[in-house]
Amino acid sequence: MMLLDVKNLKTYFYSKRGVLRAVDNVSIGVDRREFISIVGESGCGKSTLAYSIIRLVDTPGKIVDGKIVFDGRDLVKLSEEEMRRLRGKEIGMVFQDPMTSLDPLEKIGDQIVETIIEHERVDKKEAWEKASILLEKVGLPGDRVNYYPHQLSGGQRQRVMIALAVSLNPKLLIADEPTTALDVIVQEKIMDLLEDMKKEDRAIILITHDFALAADRSDKIAVMYAGWLIEFGKANKLANEPLHPYSEGLIGSVPDVWEDRDIKPMLGFLPDLIDPPKGCRFKPRCPKAMDVCDKEPPTFSVDGRVVKCWLYGENNG
Amino acid sequence: MEVKNLATTVFKIPDVEGRWMVVSGLAMVCVVLIMAVFAPLIAPYDPTKSSGDVLSSPSAKHLMGTDNLGRDIFSRIIYGSRIVLMVVFSASFLSMSIGVPLGLISGYFGGKLDRAISMLMDSMYAFPSLILAIAIAAMLGPSVINAVVAISVVYVPTYFRMIRGQTLSLKSRLFVEAAKAIGAKDMRIMGRYILPNVVTTAVVVFSLSVADAILTEAGLSFLGFIVTAPTPDWGFELSAGRPYLPAGYWWMITFPGLMVMLLSLGFALIGEGLSEIYAPRRER
Amino acid sequence: MAEVIEVKNLKKYFPVQKSVIEVLLSKKIEYIRAVDDVSFKMEKGEVLSLVGESGCGKTTTGRILVGLEEPTDGKIVFKGKDVTKLSKEEFRKIRKHLQMIFQDPYASLNPKMKIGEHLEDPLLIHNIAENREAKELALQMLERVGLVPAEQFYNRLPYQLSGGQRQRVAIARAMILKPEFVVADEPVSMIDVSLRASILDLLMSFKAEYSLSMLFITHDLSVARLVGDRIAVMYLGKIVEIGETRKVIHHPKHPYTAALLSAVPSFLKREINIEIIGDVANPREPPSGCRYHPRCPFAKEICSKEEPKLEGKGHLVACHFPLDLDL
Repeated sequence: MMLLDVKNLKTYFYSKRGVLRAVDNVSIGVDRREFISIVGESGCGKSTLAYSIIRLVDTPGKIVDGKIVFDGRDLVKLSEEEMRRLRGKEIGMVFQDPMTSLDPLEKIGDQIVETIIEHERVDKKEAWEKASILLEKVGLPGDRVNYYPHQLSGGQRQRVMIALAVSLNPKLLIADEPTTALDVIVQEKIMDLLEDMKKEDRAIILITHDFALAADRSDKIAVMYAGWLIEFGKANKLANEPLHPYSEGLIGSVPDVWEDRDIKPMLGFLPDLIDPPKGCRFKPRCPKAMDVCDKEPPTFSVDGRVVKCWLYGENNG
Repeated sequence: MEVKNLATTVFKIPDVEGRWMVVSGLAMVCVVLIMAVFAPLIAPYDPTKSSGDVLSSPSAKHLMGTDNLGRDIFSRIIYGSRIVLMVVFSASFLSMSIGVPLGLISGYFGGKLDRAISMLMDSMYAFPSLILAIAIAAMLGPSVINAVVAISVVYVPTYFRMIRGQTLSLKSRLFVEAAKAIGAKDMRIMGRYILPNVVTTAVVVFSLSVADAILTEAGLSFLGFIVTAPTPDWGFELSAGRPYLPAGYWWMITFPGLMVMLLSLGFALIGEGLSEIYAPRRER
Repeated sequence: MAEVIEVKNLKKYFPVQKSVIEVLLSKKIEYIRAVDDVSFKMEKGEVLSLVGESGCGKTTTGRILVGLEEPTDGKIVFKGKDVTKLSKEEFRKIRKHLQMIFQDPYASLNPKMKIGEHLEDPLLIHNIAENREAKELALQMLERVGLVPAEQFYNRLPYQLSGGQRQRVAIARAMILKPEFVVADEPVSMIDVSLRASILDLLMSFKAEYSLSMLFITHDLSVARLVGDRIAVMYLGKIVEIGETRKVIHHPKHPYTAALLSAVPSFLKREINIEIIGDVANPREPPSGCRYHPRCPFAKEICSKEEPKLEGKGHLVACHFPLDLDL
């Protein structure tokens, strides 16, 4: 059984202008000890997908339909209280900006201890010891428990966030653009740390806009565009031979340090999700568009990969 | 429904919170504006001449009663609105046209000039507005023009402080930097890049300071610094009616008082509403 | 080729904000040496990628070059003239040759000014064109940067444009003066990934058309490789390595450059793993000797004592023990 099995998930935002289909009919499975990257541009729905999984979508957003089966339970059906207990304990979350989730007036140690005591039956002393062990595990000296967030650098704060997220030993860790604000060298170290976290019998979901980073680090890559999951499969295969024209375009438009690439700009702009293009949402920008693309493509499975594109229609009938 | 459409289409007021404040404020102000513009058509009697019994209570003939000289209070209030609006508007425009440029210059250039102007403005701001206005009016002598000057001086620091603060934050913004990078001179940066971005604030401050200025005007008028008998003015009516209140002639002072409150409240609502509409997301 | 700009021993020190107590005790003023003795030359039509982590002084260097910041010391020679000695008014006159494109397209446009006016303003300021002629030029420029129909974009306000479109406006504004030298400060880092290539393409097309010299500031070595004829790597206010793009990337000499390279995510995995130790030092108290030595896995005694000079032929490096790698 999959650790996490998202089925036909729909998360919509309701605004005065209309309904924004941020996550539209997305299905994705995550196995135990798997490192999955969800790649896409801003507004493609990748963060909304992550927030939907831990059920932290704020109004006016709402999970409209679908299932999120985690470890045998459908999270969509859980009560708010059950969900609260599950967050942190079974699914940990690391956010892009650690400063927004760390309390600036409280010592690092206090914040970790609070989380531990809330969920586990340990006394304060034990919890403090655990906190400093956790910090050492994420590569910070144990005495940093006595520091305040502002005394740490951006990279160190992100380490603290990871320590917090894994403090209750969750089976799944979701990291939402954890290194976007950080420099490459710090990014590398944080990614190493995420890989270490995976070794502890844990699945990782990394949300990122950086295709190269995803290809470099993950087992599988899921590509999202305009609320759709358009391609999902093994990372090295997907990065080297992308099937969907969007994946292909995205990979072809980014330069690489190690080779002279002739980068090809992609056409057009991101669509308006309140009034998306009819049929395939990528059609207006797609160099390979056909007549059939006026209809929404189903999800085809090709060579162990799923792809939502009519180009692969024959293979599957 | 009607009001809502009017608000969006004619006055371009966004359909957001704070809008009801602006709409109801505008309604109150419009009542007084109409009174002032069409005074001769609305007023049933000559405001300066006796038109009935002395101190008669409100009735169908005299909606708000008559004063100690038998003049129709309703008519006096209608004509009085003209003086009030004229004094308050001219004073507020005057203080805006001094306060906004001063705030821009002071905030943009900074340094010693800024410190000197700020010090002066702060010392003026430290006085209660009415007391400062009385002091200036007393110095200049009673007349409508002197009252305008006195009131305008009082509100210059309000504009100055708000505009200076905004300029300070705007001048460190990237688009001002970008203007410098294309070679724009200081005057151009202030006029084309900063000023348009403080207009909303100036409008909000205008409404709020008009609301306050109405009270100051009433105060000055009460003390006889603006008009002399028999010219009607709300504050002046209040002072004329005050001796008669203990005897039970409540209408002489109640109606002018209510009018001062209505007009001031109207502007205050517009100001508060506008700041609520524009403050949280000035750009996006 | 003709030399367009030469930077000699450029320095910029910022005084450190002090707490009230420090002021009362009248402690000595401390400085952050944001840019500390930086020198380089650029030729006509050349793109130099300036690479480094946040806080290394790369943006400050760029800002000084276009006159948005005054250098503490050093010379900037633009076409044979030392521009640091010019008066404010004299500098304003040569400013049209020195333009800058900023990182954040959401903040670099005036929210209350039409797109068209943003493009006319530089023309009006430098008395290049007026009224109808200025509008005509602005419309042409809008078309040139792909904002069509130009008439429509002319009348829009910045909030009606996407980030990518705004950056096109910002590029158009800088290019409408036909400058000879442009500083592009991370021009694509805030743009959506799929639109980055088109923005870079646009910049490069202007470069070719005007034979521009461009200082391209970036933290992303893959972009630096793509656009730069040469690459300069900065660390804590100093250039530690500078040379032709291929040489710097495939034969890095400075351990810091190598560490950066091994950290860049790539589709093509290279087996290099040059370590970097700990975190960046506090710029208030930069390390003695070579500023990189506390983080360098190859550091020896001399590194903490003596500051290495930026030396070499064509490919310069500031290191006592330069690497010899072939990647």
